[in-house]
Amino acid sequence: MSAVLETRGLCKSFGALTVAANIDFRLNAGARHALIGPNGAGKTTFVNMLTGRLAPSSGRILLGGDDVTRLTEEARVKRGIGRTFQINTLFRDLSVLDNVALGVAERRGVATRRWRPASAHAEVRDEAMALLASLGLDADAAVRVVDLPYGKQRLVEIAIALGLKPKVLLLDEPAAGVPSLESERILEVLDALPADIAILIIEHDMDVVFRFAERITVLVQGEVLCEGTPAEIGADRRVHEVYLGERHG
Amino acid sequence: MIRQASYRAAVRIGWLEWLPWVVALAAFFLLPQYLPFGARILVYILFALSLDLILGYAGIVTLGHTAFFGLGAYVAGILAAKVGVTDPLVQMVAAAAAAAVLGVVTGAVILRTKGLTLLMLTLAITSILLEVANKATSLTGGFDGLAGVTIAPVLGQFRFDLFGKTAYLYCLVVLFAGWWIVRRIIYSPFGASLVGIRENVVRMHAIGSPAYRRLVAAYAISATIAGCAGALLTQISQFVGINVFSFESAGELLVMLVLGGVGRIYGAFIGPLVYMIAQDQLAKQFPEYWYFGIGLLLVLVVMFARGGLLGLADRVIARLKEARR
Repeated sequence: MSAVLETRGLCKSFGALTVAANIDFRLNAGARHALIGPNGAGKTTFVNMLTGRLAPSSGRILLGGDDVTRLTEEARVKRGIGRTFQINTLFRDLSVLDNVALGVAERRGVATRRWRPASAHAEVRDEAMALLASLGLDADAAVRVVDLPYGKQRLVEIAIALGLKPKVLLLDEPAAGVPSLESERILEVLDALPADIAILIIEHDMDVVFRFAERITVLVQGEVLCEGTPAEIGADRRVHEVYLGERHG
Repeated sequence: MIRQASYRAAVRIGWLEWLPWVVALAAFFLLPQYLPFGARILVYILFALSLDLILGYAGIVTLGHTAFFGLGAYVAGILAAKVGVTDPLVQMVAAAAAAAVLGVVTGAVILRTKGLTLLMLTLAITSILLEVANKATSLTGGFDGLAGVTIAPVLGQFRFDLFGKTAYLYCLVVLFAGWWIVRRIIYSPFGASLVGIRENVVRMHAIGSPAYRRLVAAYAISATIAGCAGALLTQISQFVGINVFSFESAGELLVMLVLGGVGRIYGAFIGPLVYMIAQDQLAKQFPEYWYFGIGLLLVLVVMFARGGLLGLADRVIARLKEARR
């Protein structure tokens, strides 16, 4: 299967501290891939390098075979990388609809228009509303994000990313901090994500990981410890020692 | 039916939005003795409107917006007094162009920074221009200001008169054009993206928005409008004082906007109106202590009317509606 996103020898250091060491990683088209590891393993740093939020110290990032290592975050979004954040990064005082519509408008290339009113771009509003409806958020379209329960805010994070129609979606702990009742809804949404989007999920909750992922990469202290199917990872003694062992004692 | 908080608000101009223009026209007929003062208020409304675009909508905090206002004032003044270009519209276009260029050049540099650094840089640019205006006496008149500014009739027809009738209407027309432009922008997709940048620039990058370029564009548009306001001031007063670049003027403008309500477009109308009338009346009543009154007004607004006078009005209306239920 062809790789839609690939890293080769990706490194990141802050002075003497190395947070990513020679990471070779491959995300196939349409993959459901999880990245796990103990706290401080460098998972979010890795995602930040993939999106362009953080420049790697060395190594290469390939998107669809093209080297995007030097491209800006915005340019990578245009090429098909979407993401959600570990901590909600939303337009808190804007409505749910506006949160999603801003992304849709950027993707459609209408966000630079200065004279035609935004409300005249019905295609942006309609697409954003359809997306919200698909996630069960249409009834909250007019609600300010800050007034939403936390679980729904996590869904808005996903909705914004989906509005970009990404080829690759990077989900940074999408269910973190969400009460179990609401997290079930997030899992349903993850299960229903379009099959053509390659998804990399960072998650601490092993139930989510083993339910969702077809492949798992384990990151420890900035290095790839191992990679395999959920069954292989679940049976790997090293993983139990450094990660599962640490969590389940 | 599901209520949609639309992307963005309806663009149709509501009846309340016509109110300032009705009031301004009524003032022309009912308060003829105040027209020169009224024209100055209109100039500062335009100036505040330009600041609101970047501060209220794009979230750019600046103490240096007088750089563009002052440049516009001096370009119009120098064209009239030194070059012999007396047509007010030509002066206005030249002032706008000069301020736009300065906005692009300085914006491209300073908008790479944020917070206190940005604030200091905006202040530094204005201070540099103030010093240039002070030293280039042959061109600017230096500390004494630029006199000898003559302005030809508007469109060759309407001569600036002693009673300020032409000045008032001319300022009103330019303000209307400025308001229309700003209003179009803030309700456009571009305006929506500025609000997004103000709200969360990290997320804007993550949705593929080139935030820096957008900010520079907004800054340049705002600078252009501020330059027009500066040119207007020169044309109605036929003089350019060096204080157009002063820190006090920049601070005063910010106070006016905060007083009216930042990021509300009409806060830029209410703020200068209330501030300048209060200043005028207090200066008449208490010539030595009028600044105390202004300070007290601002303290009261900041403490009890967050969101400015318009924010206060919003809250009062909301409570009245709640009481009716």
